[in-house]
Amino acid sequence: MINLPSTIRISFRALRVNKMRSALTMLGIIIGVGAVIAMIAVGAGASKRIAEQISSMGSNLLMLLPGATTSGGVRMGAGTQPTLTMGDAEAILKECPAVSDVAPVLNGVAQIVYGHQNWSTGVVGTTPGMLVVRDWPLASGRPFTQQDVKSATKVCLLGQTVVENLFGDMDPVGHVIRIKKIPFTVVGVLASKGQSPQGQDQDDTIYVPVTTAQKKLFGTTFPGMVRIIMVKGKSADTLSVAERQITQLLKQRHRIGPKQDNDFTVRNLTQFMQTAEQSTKVMALLLGAIASVSLLVGGIGIMNIMLVSVTERTREIGIRMAIGAKTWDIRLQFIIEALILSLIGGFAGIIIGISGSKIITLLAGWSTVVSPFSIVIAFGFSGLVGIFFGFYPAYKASLLDPIEALRYE
Amino acid sequence: MSLIEAHEIIKIYRLGDIEVHALNLVSLSIERGDFVAIMGPSGSGKSTFMNILGCLDKPSDGRYLLEGIDVGGLDRDALAGIRNKKIGFIFQGFNLLPRTSAIENVELPMLYDGIPSKERKEHALRALKSVGLEGRGDHHPNQLSGGQQQRVAIARALVNNAPIILADEPTGNLDSKTSNEIMELLTKLNEESDITVILVTHENDIAAYSRRIIRFLDGNLVSDEEVVKS
Repeated sequence: MINLPSTIRISFRALRVNKMRSALTMLGIIIGVGAVIAMIAVGAGASKRIAEQISSMGSNLLMLLPGATTSGGVRMGAGTQPTLTMGDAEAILKECPAVSDVAPVLNGVAQIVYGHQNWSTGVVGTTPGMLVVRDWPLASGRPFTQQDVKSATKVCLLGQTVVENLFGDMDPVGHVIRIKKIPFTVVGVLASKGQSPQGQDQDDTIYVPVTTAQKKLFGTTFPGMVRIIMVKGKSADTLSVAERQITQLLKQRHRIGPKQDNDFTVRNLTQFMQTAEQSTKVMALLLGAIASVSLLVGGIGIMNIMLVSVTERTREIGIRMAIGAKTWDIRLQFIIEALILSLIGGFAGIIIGISGSKIITLLAGWSTVVSPFSIVIAFGFSGLVGIFFGFYPAYKASLLDPIEALRYE
Repeated sequence: MSLIEAHEIIKIYRLGDIEVHALNLVSLSIERGDFVAIMGPSGSGKSTFMNILGCLDKPSDGRYLLEGIDVGGLDRDALAGIRNKKIGFIFQGFNLLPRTSAIENVELPMLYDGIPSKERKEHALRALKSVGLEGRGDHHPNQLSGGQQQRVAIARALVNNAPIILADEPTGNLDSKTSNEIMELLTKLNEESDITVILVTHENDIAAYSRRIIRFLDGNLVSDEEVVKS
């Protein structure tokens, strides 16, 4: 029968005899496993960033922009014609069943002052629905209400960046700030959201009731005008249904004939981001696949060295056979040697892969995520490579003729 | 029943188109406890015969019974099992594993017999002691003289309590003084432990240690005679 501890000890001794050769053979696996882990980490890091950005934007999100009209034969870009109104927003919520929430937006840049601190930031006039649409919780205080919107109250919600710049560590709730010299009471603070997919600081913002923005801050060319309408669909599956319903409704409301171009644009942000996420995943897979090739090459290196080793040790194999080693005694000895090479290499490769990911993060500034799953896979795969590429040399060794092997010089 | 019974053994090698008749109808039986020397010039078939006796090779035709078992019908692993338990080999070139201590070399047959590590060590130490190498267990082959290496090989051949020792020119690489020591050790094992010793040699003074000399020539067994001890 096969005696595992002794066989392992014998294998270690055989590998120690040619330290340099064993180390170089392992290097193939080390690089392979390290590359697989680092590449998967880079891919996972990119995916995670995009996923974070998607969730920071809000899920199932549609954005309605005015414009895309034809004016005198010239096609205008989206957002060039102020055509969306509060009425549109209310109608969408009421008449499109696939829509769960809407938030009209009228925004602009304004100077904000608190005490002797001042700050310039984007001020967003909107409705309470905005916090739902963008999945944006409050850090403290309360949101403004439908009543605030109706009566154009001078209240506001501050983003974290604005709080930091105006108040420092102080709690701003209840304090009065001036936006374009008009006093606003801070009723709440938005939770931190970080960067948008476009790299903007989403926390550098102030929310005010949309009516207040229209009447007091930015003014409008016609009453009730808004710049953007954000729409949250009921679910990801019905988002395109919502898109169709909105288009139909607005065509009706804006009296656009069948041959005319729409004077608005619906953008499916979630879909856009999901496409980005998909392509990152494909990227990650590709990187992993390329790295796996190096693991394969490492495996071939092991096979090469094991074949050399079998030839070199033909006489030893002969002695073992004469003394009573059976087919599997010989095979197992060489397979275990290959396995030890690949597993030690795999272990070192994990360390290299993890530190490599850290270095990539440090040098290139890419976020990397080393998942335990990728470690298990890479380690397991290196073991499989060892067994697979160790088997042929072991098989060859076990088929040697003991008489010939004993005579081998 | 004899320990070894060979009936009309034929061994034919093919070298390209040429058939080489290495053994022609060799019949022989060896009793338990015998001490046999096989002699003959090179190419006479004596090594081929030894390989068959040692279950390293199978006859092309004829029957070889070892302790009544027909070895001809066994597969590779079964033959390996027989070599492990029934036969101890001693070679001209010692054939110890390099970079492996004497005790581990002696343990090797037990390793393939599935004997646990502690027991292996005890048996190996006892075998080393019986060949006069007490305290040398940790030495590697390259730290031992030729005579000592051959003693390690003998210990390895003994350790599984095999009833047969096959020695293929065991003194070929040794000086005459050491040769005599090795032959005396084999004689002692043969007399005291009732181990059957079969040795191949072409030196008459080595063959003189045996009780029976068999001569081969051109694949035929040409003489089989008792040694008259003076």
